[in-house]
Order: sequence, then structure tokens, then C-alpha cells
Amino acid sequence: MTVRHIIGASVPRKEGWDKVTGAARYVDDMALPGMLHGATVRSTIARGKIKQIHFGPGVDWNEYVVVSAKDIPGKNCIALILDDQPCLASEFVNHPEEPILLLAHPDRPKLRKAVEAVSIEYDSLPALHTIEESERQSTIIWGRDNTFKNFLVEKGDVDAIWKKAAHIVEGEYFTGAQEQLYIENNGVIAAFDPKNGVTVWGSLQCPYYVHKALITLFALPEEKVRVVQMETGGAFGGKEEYPSMIAGHAALLAMKSGRPVKIVYDRMEDMAATTKRHPSRTRHRTAVSKDGRILGGEIEFTIDGGAYATLSSVVLSRGTIHAGGAYYWPNVRIRTKAVATNAPPHGAFRGFGAPQSLFAMERHMDRIAQVVGISPVEVRRRNFLKSGQTTTTEQTIKENIDLDRLLKRALELSDYAAKKKRFAEKNKAGTNRKGIGIAAFLHGAGFTGSGERYLNSLVGAEAGADGIVRVLVSSAEFGQGTNTVLCQIAAEALGLPYENVSIAQPDTSVVPNSGPTVASRTAMIVGKLVQSAARGIKETLTKTGLLHEDYSPEQFRAACKEYIATHGALKSYARYEAPPDVFWDDEKYRGEAYAAFAWAVYVAEVTVDLTTYSVTVDDFVALQEVGRVLHPVLAEGQITGGVAQAIGFALYENVVWQDGRMMNNQMTNYIMPASMDLPPIRVFFEENGNVHGAHGAKGIGELPMDGPAPAILNAVEDATGVRFCSIPLLPEDLFEALRPEFNEQAVPSSVRGIA
Amino acid sequence: MRADPADYRLVSPGNLLGALSLLASEPAQWLPIAGGTDVMVLYSAGKLTNRNLIDIWNIPELRQIEVFPDRISIGAACTYTVLRQHEIVSREFSLLATAASWTGGIANQNRGTLGGNIANASPAADSLPALLVYDAVLTLISVRGERRVPYRTFHTGYKQTILAADELILNISLPRRFSKYFSHARKVGARNAQAISKVCLAALGQVANGAIRDVRLALGSVAPVPLRLNETEKMLTGKEIEPSLIDAARKSVLKEIRPIDDIRSTARYRSAVACNLVTEFLAKLAAEGAAA
Ligand SMILES: Cc1cc2nc3c(=O)[nH]c(=O)nc-3n(C[C@H](O)[C@H](O)[C@H](O)COP(=O)(O)OP(=O)(O)OC[C@H]3O[C@@H](n4cnc5c(N)ncnc54)[C@H](O)[C@@H]3O)c2cc1C
Repeated sequence: MTVRHIIGASVPRKEGWDKVTGAARYVDDMALPGMLHGATVRSTIARGKIKQIHFGPGVDWNEYVVVSAKDIPGKNCIALILDDQPCLASEFVNHPEEPILLLAHPDRPKLRKAVEAVSIEYDSLPALHTIEESERQSTIIWGRDNTFKNFLVEKGDVDAIWKKAAHIVEGEYFTGAQEQLYIENNGVIAAFDPKNGVTVWGSLQCPYYVHKALITLFALPEEKVRVVQMETGGAFGGKEEYPSMIAGHAALLAMKSGRPVKIVYDRMEDMAATTKRHPSRTRHRTAVSKDGRILGGEIEFTIDGGAYATLSSVVLSRGTIHAGGAYYWPNVRIRTKAVATNAPPHGAFRGFGAPQSLFAMERHMDRIAQVVGISPVEVRRRNFLKSGQTTTTEQTIKENIDLDRLLKRALELSDYAAKKKRFAEKNKAGTNRKGIGIAAFLHGAGFTGSGERYLNSLVGAEAGADGIVRVLVSSAEFGQGTNTVLCQIAAEALGLPYENVSIAQPDTSVVPNSGPTVASRTAMIVGKLVQSAARGIKETLTKTGLLHEDYSPEQFRAACKEYIATHGALKSYARYEAPPDVFWDDEKYRGEAYAAFAWAVYVAEVTVDLTTYSVTVDDFVALQEVGRVLHPVLAEGQITGGVAQAIGFALYENVVWQDGRMMNNQMTNYIMPASMDLPPIRVFFEENGNVHGAHGAKGIGELPMDGPAPAILNAVEDATGVRFCSIPLLPEDLFEALRPEFNEQAVPSSVRGIA
Repeated sequence: MRADPADYRLVSPGNLLGALSLLASEPAQWLPIAGGTDVMVLYSAGKLTNRNLIDIWNIPELRQIEVFPDRISIGAACTYTVLRQHEIVSREFSLLATAASWTGGIANQNRGTLGGNIANASPAADSLPALLVYDAVLTLISVRGERRVPYRTFHTGYKQTILAADELILNISLPRRFSKYFSHARKVGARNAQAISKVCLAALGQVANGAIRDVRLALGSVAPVPLRLNETEKMLTGKEIEPSLIDAARKSVLKEIRPIDDIRSTARYRSAVACNLVTEFLAKLAAEGAAA
């Protein structure tokens, strides 16, 4: 018997019941006997040499466990890519909020006072706070030239193209930092014992990243480090690399004190000290034909990485590859770099570089349309990538994608043409201006380039004597639906009901390394491996003659029971195999950047209020081709949530920096949009399949972060006629642009609508 | 949470005399806590310097609303939810009911009190402009006795008030003579709910025979204290609303306000929006007058 419709059905979330009833256990719900609480003493300046540390009066320091860099048994770094970030600063600090000392105490409220009683003397050094300052190299704060990474993509002959151009269109675009704002702050518990080594329970996305970092920090063999993911209250990339830091801290305190140690940040510490989205600057110079076709161009994309390299090179890579958008570039040169500044390192955040470079591309397309004198719709239509053409990295689009049709449908769904006309008429009077804007874009699923090959992911499935199959992956659930979708895939592969499949808690002593839970790779790539591993179980049972085709769950259970009675256990593993036709050249940055792209056209409708200079998004259409929708409710949830987060990125979320420190590290003053600020987000899917993904799925988690910001700013320009090139676009910015003549002393007339 | 609860003491006398005696017993040592929606924010950030707290949430005299023929008297510890649900408040003092509806979310409105908003004395507080235009009178009480003061004299500087260390705000009294006025309120925050105002306006006006008979304007977040626009009101009274008058009003508003740049906005933005809000009000008032 085959159970139908598990794929494509909105089955209940695996952990949904526990979350709704409060039974789910997050790290702060957990306590171990004798546990201490830990806290972090952080730098108060952006850059300098640590001269002296004083432990102030009023605190009985005998009660506290104190850890400094000297207590680190292995290498003082957070192992990731370049290993340049110390776990604890010892001699120099390179950004505000850099960890210097760790304190532990049995009584949590006693920590704050102790942290404040530590004072640190510095010889401060000049610091850099913007991309421009870093480029000027007035002082060198990292490596030889303040640059973490460069990429160069070259296709065709750009230098020859300028003289053939009817128009040369230039533009400069900026995006700001953005805080992930997961509901649950970063937190871990660590335990240490000399025999078993380090164990960490935490709120995290990538158990094996933490595993690797702890091995290096403690100089321990693999089997003496164990990392367990607890229920995780949101992540959005913010728990990709940072958990390695806080896990290292708790583990060092645990080792020194001989007791388990919990560190859970409060919101202020989490916002000030942990990673944010990389601020960016993009410059476009584009050669365009008379009829609006892109002949070629140069794109310069630069991101601010903060003080240490961390993930900047990979964020840059994704931003680089997405910089040309969903268009055909016969000739292009893309020069990109990640530079150092003295801010806490910027890190992973949904979209991972693509929202930044795509913002520029999609704003620039509207600019090209204006210069050429055609509509934003037409300019896109004339330049869309088509099947058989190549991307900027010369990847041939093999799938059958028709962006023209996708665009047409999005315009219909949003009633674009009629609205455009109506708004133009209405905008002649009154104190509101309405506008409508579009963005067309793509998002590559899975690790960039050769990344998946290096990851070499391994996935397992294990059947019990009760006939329940357990999926074994290190892929983490943090709200996006990993548990549910992977169980659906396994159930479908096994022909079992969804209830007969479960998923193991990610625990490095139990699950194999299926790679990090990032890059929209889980459903597509890990899902495909889950499918193979599950099939392996079935094959083992059929090959040994215990099971025949068309079995019932009962028969499956009986077969499992019998197999386990003779063989002890029934497990099956599947390892990633790179598709033979996917080739990538890391040197030249050329080739198949991603096994699959998801494609989308978004339409935003806005109102600009001329009384308050605020922008409201009134309606939002999100249409995307995603291969296959595995779970409609979860898929729609991903798009809705992503669009909401991107509206925040575009119009609300502004990190106020002062000397590298976030000044508005509270939700009162760091404004994310709430329900009353969001429009109806209307989500539509197209499903063309994908040979590289489970059941034809492509990654969709990050996609919705890419399109809203440019669509909204395009709509604001449509409404006001003013070209904004920088986000977040706040009412204060609109005001300055719309009313440059405003003078607090003499107010010019602006009286309208008076009878 | 950044405070150590062991450092704090909370006493809940449950009656007015008990609370006042305690306040008087050790001068400036005790801090009243009503809904706690301001106090607990400081506490949790580890910034609450007062270590001794008196709970005044459960004092009956502070929780009642009394309606008299000529005025309404609102106990200082009445919550926003109570204000929003009160028939006379929502009918005759819509600016206050509206401000109450802006003040945080439902949870905050269930705890936050009008007296707390006044005593906390933030220039960005949302209900204070309404109290200014309604000519509120405060009753302050201590073991020394009661005094009645016009609310407009209450704030003396940024976060400074005439409230003595041993005093509580007992009630807020509003004269019932504005129900015929045209009223208009608008809050401009960084988002549509749960936001601290960048500018907020409470305005009342009456037009007779094409001219402004009476006008009352107050703004939040544009000065160290909630600000009544006395000069602008004077300038507008008796005049017909036309573009040149609105221009003059905008100029006058700019002379009266003293906004600053801070983490939430800029002085220039606040100035422009303050003018726009007054313009919007006058336009609506004119339309109202024309319709009447
Ligand atoms: C999430 C959130 C959102 C908020 N949103 C808004 C908003 O939109 N607009 C706005 O204006 N405010 C807002 N606030 C602030 C707060 O809710 C209000 O200022 C509220 O009115 C404070 O009242 P309370 O009773 O909670 O004050 P408490 O915190 O109890 O006290 C505040 C101060 O007033 C003093 N006090 C209280 N009652 C008396 C009394 N009867 N006599 C003398 N002194 C007294 C206390 O000693 C203390 O100094 C918000 C707060 C939070 C936490």
C-alpha cells in the first residue's frame, strides 16, 4: 500500500504541538545540577591595546569564576574559514563589544554588577567605521589592505562595449545593517569533564560548525566534543556562526569551574554584540542599446565585514553571483570586495549578500528604463535571461524558465496597469502619493559554486523495531519547517504514513554531518539525501526478502522487527554526490554557481504620506517559481515572513552606529514593522520542478528577502518622482529629499485642500 | 534582565494613608510604582536607582472615575483600558481616549496609568497633549494635605515637575466643556503601533461665522516638556482659515517649538511634521466649519 499526498500536503508540524502547548524545551528551560551562570566582559572601545584590567571594589571576587584568553587550552580563535577571530581578546581589541573576560556565578543577577565592576584600560588606536574609510586605508586594521576577500567575474569584452552604447547608465546604491531579531536570544549550556570532554546544548543552526570550533578551541579529538541543538526560537542566519562563540565561552567557564555553565544573552547584549547583515555599496555602469537592451557593464559590489573575516567571503560570493540579477549580460565585469571596519563582525542573514546586490540591480533597472524612455516592465522584458542563455558566471540556464510569463502573471495579479494609471491621476492632488513598483529576481539554492562538493553531506535514516523510521541529520529546525518537510520526504519515499516517521534531535553524537542549515539548501539538497537514505531502508528490507512491494505499515513494522532481531540495527546512509554536469571554477569564478535557481517577480504598492513623509506598503504580490511546493502552509509562511522581514530592511530597520557600536540596541528604538505596518502579502507559486531537488523542490527560504526592498523603492519613486538609492529609507530621508528647501525659520507655503 | 531583585524592596500598603506616610517617612527614598510600565523598563535595564518601591496599584481612591455635572475626575491610577472603555471619556474627551488607544499594546494599556504618564514626564508621552488642551487640573496629595494645580504648570523642565518627593498625584480633573469642539489627534511614530512618538498633536477648535472662535493646540516630542502652543492659538483666534493664515500659523509653530535630534528622529523632521500636523488640523477645522 502506498500512502499518497504526503508531499504537497500541509501536514502538522512535527514539533508544532509541543511549541503551542509550551512543552518545547529551549535552552533557558534547561538546568543542570550545580549549574553556574556566565556573563561576558566586553570592550568599550572600537580599537586599541589592552593595558590593564582592574577588578573593582564592591564585589567579592572569590565568588566568581573568571576566565581570560590564558585559560584557553587550544587555539584562541573561533574556527570557521580564516580563524582570525579570537574567542577572547588578549592583547588588542578590534571592535566594541569584543569579549575579553568571562565570569560565572551561581546566582544569575549577581553577574551584571560584577561585569560592571571590571574596568579595562586601553591605549586606543585609530578606528575605521565605513566602507569608504576602510578603502582609504589611512590606517590598516586587517591584513595588508583592510580587505578580507576580492572576487572578479569577467564575461565577454566589457571594454569594447562602451562605444557601441546608445546610453551609459550609472548608479550607486547602499543598503544598511539589519539585525536578525529572532525571538529567542543566543544562549547555550556547556558541561565539561576530563573524561568525556565538552558537551554543549544550544540555540543554533549548525551543530557541526560549533563542533569544529570547539575542537580547535579545546584541542580535543572529535569524539570528545558533543553539540546538541535545543529547540531554537528563530535564527535567520543569526545563529549560523555566532553560537560557536558563545558555546566556546560557556565551555571555557565550565572547564575552569568544573560545573555546567549557562550563558543566555538578554536582548540588549544580543543586539549589540552579535552579527548583523553586511552593509553594502554597489556601483553600476551599464552600456545600453537604444531600445533598452543591456550590452554590458561594470558592477562594483562592496560589503562591510566588520572587524573579523568570519563568513564575509561567502556572503560576498553570493552577492557577487547575484549581482547581475535575472538578466542576460553579454559582457560584464563584476568586481567585489569585503572590507574590514571596527564594528562587531557582520554575518549571515537570510539572503546572504544577495538582497544587497539585487537591491542595486533592481533599482538600477528602473533607472535604465527612465534613461532609455521605456517602462520598468519593458526594460525587464527586453533583458530577461532565457533558457539556453548564460548567467554572468557563464552558467547555461538549462531549466525551462519563462520570466516573461512570470512577469505577465504578476502584473495581472497586482492589477498593475490599471493601478499605475489610476495613481498617476490621483497623485495630482491631496496629501498622499501612491505608487507601484516591481522587482524581478532569482535566488540560487544550496552552497555557492563548489561548496556542496566540499560539504560532502551525509544523511542517515534508522528504522526501529516498532516500524518507526527516524531521520538522522544535523539540519536544524528553527521555525522554518525542517523537521516536517524532511519527515514528509522520508515518509513518501518509504510509502509510510507521515506519523510513522520521526526526526532525531540534532546531536553530533547521534546524527551525521548533513551540513549547516543555511543557504536554502535543506529541503532541496538534504531532502534529496533523506529520500535516498529512506529508500535504502526499503531496499535493505526488500533485498533480504523481508518485505515485498506494496506493503502496509504493519508489514513494514514486522519486517523491521525481524531484520533488527537478526542484524541488531537497521540504518541507511546517503552521501552527497555532485551532479556530473555541474562544474565550477573557483579561480575564475566561472561555471555552474548553483544547481538550481528559484525565480520571482514581486509587485509592491505604496502610499507616501506628505504630512508625515512615511511610506506604507498597501499591497504586495509575491509570485515565485520554486520547483515544487512540498508543504503549502510552510512554503507560504516562508514567503510571507521573508517579505515582512524585507519590508523592515527597506523602510524601518535602522541600526544607529556610533564609533562601531549599535546605539539603539533595544526593540523600542530599533524598529521592525509589526502587524499594523504590513500589507496583505499575497503569495503565489509556480512549480516547474528541479532535477536536483527532492521531488523537484528548490530552496525558498531566502528568496523572499531579495525582492521587496527594490520593489518598494521603485514604487516610492513612482509615487514621488524622487530617486532613492539607499535603504533603510526612513521618513526623515523622504522629508529631506522632498522638502530640501525647508527652513525652520521661514516656512514656505504648502497649503493644500483648503476650501 | 539586568537588575538584581535582592537589591530592591517593594511595599504594598493597600491604602492611601499608608502610602503617603511611607513616602513622608524617609524623604526621597521611596518611589511610587503604579502600573510599572515605565519603572520596570528601567529596572530590567539595570537603571532603576531607587531601591525602595511603594505599590500604589491597589489604592481605591486612585482607581476611580467620578463624573460631576461640570467635570470628570479621573483617579491617577486608572489604566488606559479603563479610560478607553469609559463612556464619558470616549464621548466628551476623545483626544484622551484616542491617546489611550495609542499607548503601547493591549497588555501595556491594561497596566499603564494616566498618573504614571504624567509623573514620568516624558516629553514624548502620548496623553499629555490632550490633558493640556482640556485644561486639566491635578490634585496632588501628601500627609501635609491636598493642593489643586493647573496641569499646564506641572512640568518645569525636561523630566522635571513640581511634584514634591512626598506627594502623589491623586486625580486628574477635566472640565466638561469641550464636547462641542472639533477635535483632532495624530501620532507620528516610527511604526503604526508600539512606537514612541516622534511628534504627536492634540487639537481642539471651534469655528463660528467663518472665523476661529477658540483653538487649542498641544504637541508632544517637540520640546523638553509637552507643549501648549499659546502664541499660535492667540494668533489664530478670531481669524478666518485661509492659506495666508495657515502660513502664519506654521511660522508661529516653529517659533514656539524646540525639537532636538535624538536616536529616534531629527529636529528638522520634527519641525516640519509639527507644522504639517497643525496645517492638517486647520484644514479639517475649516472643512468642518464650512460644513456646519
Ligand atoms: C511596551 C510599552 C509601550 C509603551 N508605549 C507608550 C506609548 O505609546 N505612549 C506613551 O505615552 N507611553 C508609552 N509607554 C510608557 C508607559 O506605559 C506610560 O508612561 C504609562 O502611562 C506609565 O504608567 P504606569 O502606571 O505604568 O507608571 P509606573 O511605571 O508605575 O510609574 C512611572 C512614574 O510615575 C510615577 N507615578 C506613577 N503613579 C504616580 C502617582 N499617582 N503619583 C505620583 N507619581 C506616580 C512613578 O513613581 C514613576 O516615576 C509604554 C511602555 C511600555 C512598556
